[in-house]
Amino acid sequence: MSVPLTLLGLLEREPSHGYDLKRDYDTYFGRDKPLAFGQVYATLARLSRDGKVVPGEAEPGDGPDRKRYAITPEGKEEFEAWLAEPVTPEPHLQTVLFSKVVLALMLGRSAEQYLDTQRAAHLRRMRELTELKRTDSLIDVLLADHGLFHLEADLRWIDMTAARLPSLARAVAS
Amino acid sequence: MIEAIEVFFDFGQTPALRGASVSIREGEILAVMGPSGSGKSTLLHCLAGILVPKSGEIRLSGTRIDTYPESERSSLRRDTFGFVFQFGQLVPELTAEENVALPLLLGGVRRNDALARAREWFGRLGIDGLERRRSGELSGGQAQRVALARGLVARPKVLFADEPTGSLDSLTGELVMELLVTAARQDGTTVVLVTHEPRVAAYADREVVVRDGRVSSLTPDLAP
Repeated sequence: MSVPLTLLGLLEREPSHGYDLKRDYDTYFGRDKPLAFGQVYATLARLSRDGKVVPGEAEPGDGPDRKRYAITPEGKEEFEAWLAEPVTPEPHLQTVLFSKVVLALMLGRSAEQYLDTQRAAHLRRMRELTELKRTDSLIDVLLADHGLFHLEADLRWIDMTAARLPSLARAVAS
Repeated sequence: MIEAIEVFFDFGQTPALRGASVSIREGEILAVMGPSGSGKSTLLHCLAGILVPKSGEIRLSGTRIDTYPESERSSLRRDTFGFVFQFGQLVPELTAEENVALPLLLGGVRRNDALARAREWFGRLGIDGLERRRSGELSGGQAQRVALARGLVARPKVLFADEPTGSLDSLTGELVMELLVTAARQDGTTVVLVTHEPRVAAYADREVVVRDGRVSSLTPDLAP
């Protein structure tokens, strides 16, 4: 799970304080592993150094969180490229798939298009593994089977999510 | 080779296909995927001349076949197309070899010749020894291989397979798909494979998804 890219995605909605970013990150993406404040500010500092975000003027008030960060065109470009790119099909990638779907919905982008791209990437990998099974030894067949069943589980999730997109979009918007 | 162009089809008041278009190349194995009720089986039935579209065209090697009268579509289904369905749909009164020979017998081939050609498939699909059994004496996997032999015996140009492994366990389903794909590739048969199972679709060269009666191609850039 990429914390910097997720924060960039959250910042694309609107300029935000570190505190807001942490709250939204934990709500959607960090339920099992909330983000430490230190990590939020360290990540924002790195993103700022690399020109992906810019801090606004310090606002009056107490506490360290007095700057509102905004995404730059470079940051936006990097985030959009990441969002459109299918994840390498391998087992245990649900969290990244999940994050991409939620972020796409949050930003009013086509989650359906992303899911289609991902489905195609998965099926292409499944075709490769199926072809391997037709030519390789039984041990390789077993390994390929393991990959195929995991990819199939992802695909079921992709199909189910595609069918639920309208209600998911409402849930994320609320 | 075979294509549907902007095909519409309704079941009474319920639209099943709403401008479905798909084109399958000669010798290609195409998987047609999609959720239940999306219209994928209806699309197969329209391509195969079983159903006639309300509007749109079905073309085989460039020739429109949806305008053929039923008698000509029937000959097409018997002589040019082969079929395998989810449940083998073998005729229970006939032996396995008679079931396989059926398309040839219906096409006017003499009984002895038809049976001889049917028997060749038993070895090819690993079911030799079962020629005289009736469908009730066959396991699910054996019956489906007999049905596959029946679908291929007349050397069809296009094989239509609708959930051909749907009633089988994973390993038997894999064996049937392996046999289907190997036979189709050896004979250059075009295959339209309707399935909701990704592991079955992975045997195809390419897949399309039917959603709400329309076809979306997932892999235009990956097509061979």
